[in-house]
Amino acid sequence: MSPNSPKKAYTRKDFTSDQEVRWCPGCGDYAILAAVQRTLPSLGSTPENTVFISGIGCSSRFPYYMNTYGFHTIHGRAPAVATGVKLANPELDVWVITGDGDGLSIGGNHLLHVLRRNVDLQIMLFNNQIYGLTKGQYSPTSQLGKVTPSSPLGSVDQPVVPTRFALGAGATFVARAFDVSKKLPDALMAAREHKGASFIEILQNCPVFNDGVFDLVTDRKTGPVHQLWLEHGQPMRFGANSEKGLRFDAKTLSLEVVTIGENGVTEQDIVIHDETNHQLAWMLTDLPDVVALGVLYRQHSPVYNESVATQQELAKERFGEPDLHALLRQGHTWTVT
Amino acid sequence: MKTTAAARVQPSPRETLDSVVIRFAGDSGDGMQLTGSQFTTATADAGNDLATFPDFPAEIRAPAGTTYGVSGYQIQFASHDVLTPGDAPDVLVAMNPAALKVNSDALKPGGLLVVNTGAFSSNNLKKAGYDSNPLEDGSMDRFRILPLDINKMTLDAVKDVGLSSKESNRCKNMWTLGLMYWLFGRERDETVSWLESKFAKSPKVAAANIAALNAGHIYGENAELPHGIHAYEVPAAHLTPGEYRNVSGNEATAWGLVTGAQLADLKMMYGSYPITPASSLLHQLARLKQFGVTTFQAEDEIAAVAAAVGASFSGSLGVTGTSGPGVALKSETIGLAIAAELPLVIVNVQRGGPSTGLPTKTEQSDLFQAVVGRNGDAPLVVLAAATPGDCYYMAIEAVRMAVKYMTPVILLTDGYLANSAEPWPLPDLDALQPFPVRFHRDPEGFHPFLRDEQTHARVWAVPGTPGLEHRIGGLEKDRTTGHISYEPHNHHRMTKIRHQKVAGIARDIERAKVDQGEAEGDLLVVGWGSTYGAISQAVEVLRGRGHDVSHLHLRNIWPLPEGLGDLLRCFNSVLVPELNFGQLTMLLRAEFLVPAESLTRVTGQPFRVAGLVEAVEERLQRSAE
Repeated sequence: MSPNSPKKAYTRKDFTSDQEVRWCPGCGDYAILAAVQRTLPSLGSTPENTVFISGIGCSSRFPYYMNTYGFHTIHGRAPAVATGVKLANPELDVWVITGDGDGLSIGGNHLLHVLRRNVDLQIMLFNNQIYGLTKGQYSPTSQLGKVTPSSPLGSVDQPVVPTRFALGAGATFVARAFDVSKKLPDALMAAREHKGASFIEILQNCPVFNDGVFDLVTDRKTGPVHQLWLEHGQPMRFGANSEKGLRFDAKTLSLEVVTIGENGVTEQDIVIHDETNHQLAWMLTDLPDVVALGVLYRQHSPVYNESVATQQELAKERFGEPDLHALLRQGHTWTVT
Repeated sequence: MKTTAAARVQPSPRETLDSVVIRFAGDSGDGMQLTGSQFTTATADAGNDLATFPDFPAEIRAPAGTTYGVSGYQIQFASHDVLTPGDAPDVLVAMNPAALKVNSDALKPGGLLVVNTGAFSSNNLKKAGYDSNPLEDGSMDRFRILPLDINKMTLDAVKDVGLSSKESNRCKNMWTLGLMYWLFGRERDETVSWLESKFAKSPKVAAANIAALNAGHIYGENAELPHGIHAYEVPAAHLTPGEYRNVSGNEATAWGLVTGAQLADLKMMYGSYPITPASSLLHQLARLKQFGVTTFQAEDEIAAVAAAVGASFSGSLGVTGTSGPGVALKSETIGLAIAAELPLVIVNVQRGGPSTGLPTKTEQSDLFQAVVGRNGDAPLVVLAAATPGDCYYMAIEAVRMAVKYMTPVILLTDGYLANSAEPWPLPDLDALQPFPVRFHRDPEGFHPFLRDEQTHARVWAVPGTPGLEHRIGGLEKDRTTGHISYEPHNHHRMTKIRHQKVAGIARDIERAKVDQGEAEGDLLVVGWGSTYGAISQAVEVLRGRGHDVSHLHLRNIWPLPEGLGDLLRCFNSVLVPELNFGQLTMLLRAEFLVPAESLTRVTGQPFRVAGLVEAVEERLQRSAE
């Protein structure tokens, strides 16, 4: 849009491409797609300045369904491609779409480095704990003992905890949500607002190869006692009537689930969430019987692409305007007459 | 050493020579590369044409005194055109027994051996594998030996500066350089100012090195040298008038890429992972941020090229540089750039393979990898630079083709080109034709695979442009809409379009022509890449001996230039010397059904002129029989 044209009010439709969505019926990806398409207009995003970069896998078809710029790249490499996109044009709003296999198995190295560099982009990792597109093999997040075509006697691989991986890599923003949650847009908005690499794990149901693996958390009946929605500065309480909470056990240096009013537990015993506390975030990644959702960790840190741009300005100040003629004459030259 | 007639009729304190080959050899820590490059600068200043060949081990600091820790630097300089660093050295400077052990076989009989006896301890002799001292047992008698205790003379020269003995000892390369400057009549000024600036923060170290340099020179002036050893003069060469500098291949490649990006009016993103012998490209470009160059030292080879592809998608010039093992890792991503039809330049500074191979040694064995080394029918452009200075122009050409045809281009150089230096006439920047990129902006009828009718290049529409939002990727796309397509006929036609696009570039390059000799005849020698100098000199020798031999050099490896097949068929035989086991030979045979023959040598070293001459004469002998 030219600077003079009136700012258009975008809607979900403006971010929806004309391509037929081809995920399996009932796939959690539909809900995630809808949440993104609904959320982007409210963030002030424009289709032309938004780029979705994906790797390979079911989740990585995502860019085709967005009416934005999109690049469906190769297996595991989306974070590296996205880094190049952002470096070349920092004005763009860059989103990486990946899965548990794409991001944590074949592309684990790139995910590590995009997070520790703190490139300003959002990474949505759809975790369905299975390889869907290759028909159901166990993934790096599958639980021990998972029976699949490639693990007929059960998987013997220890699973990786994605949010723990991200924190270990030095991520400056780590959040978790699930596909059909009404609060998914909040997590997306927080990720987008964060300057730097934002990591969002989205628990996603694969109805074909791993149906119901997150039911305990996502089911309406069982959900309330297994979902802990975090709010910065608020006590970490959950349960149908917020009767449960997390208490710090100084003896084991861990968080334990307690019920207020039982065994002398009071509201004052419940830990207040501080999203800038790395130790706390680490403990929240893997709790017994409950899944922490929302923003686990958020901390400001130098942003890679901004530091790169700063050095480029510095180079111009220090070395002056680019001059090829002078460049080729650096050092020793001589004239033959 | 070739002696000219002039020297014999005009007695002078200095014997006049046409050309000289010197090899400096010592421990990795002895500073032989610096000594060689300083001698090179002074020699260029003296007006000689020259070519150099640094040859160093893969180990950074191998245990002192061992043969595998020997580092060498060879230079040929002359009063005429020089295209190679020379075959056998006329002069060998050996700083320790290991350096002598590794290099004495190469020295010409009667050659001058300058040897640092100060390093010839029994321990060092043993480490080098000598049972007795070769300077005393007569095994070096075929050479003119100048034995000098350089260690001691260096310590004497620098003792007043007050450095530690270890630091003092490190000045011995400058003492040696001083002596060599005197022997060949080179000026010391440039080296003195270089030392002053290099050690600006340690004035004592600068002073000691300068004292050693001067002491070596004074030694030459005053000492009574053994019979048959005296000073020499190599008159200036008749170089084309103009402004010159010494340039190595990697420097020239880096500058060529920057120039290419400027001519294309693009910013450049260079993604790279450190690898020998390509790392200095990254170092060079990291210092050129003011030219709109972003360097990205990636976590691995794949990320390096992936970031470059991402940058191209966003409207920058994406470039990556590496060596063969790195290209192997990048090949899937290069395929993505072929499928997505994005510009991308990949520089492969080849080294000995397979696998880790010979990291610091040169080879030309990645031709197949470049031309066909990807999954699927995945054509791209392959170029090869002939000389260090040619790297500049080939890098520009790689950029031009990448953006004009929306295609990846592989530029092949090698370890020899990367590190060797030659006097280079500075390019006339005004004469370079700009090729500014125009991004697609019109939403009317847009889809990402709209093509230029002539070049078949697709439009380059970059994120940020309103109305052109689109999705591309590695899946096959419909040729009329750009959407994913699994339709059988579409895939066939898209494969054909990708093939035709690259094949058609043959119309945009110079037709095949011979570099030396007639366009028909008995034998055509076909070369490519860094063997240009050695083959040219060999063919000159052969033609001088009356042989009907022509020479054709290929810079365009894929697509091959038009008219090449017809030209090959104009000769009774075609001989292809390459530093691999016959890769271009197979390509020529496959493309043109000609009985091209291979001349292979894979030692990690460049061809020697004499070796080529001998092999070609042998081949001619066979056809005569």
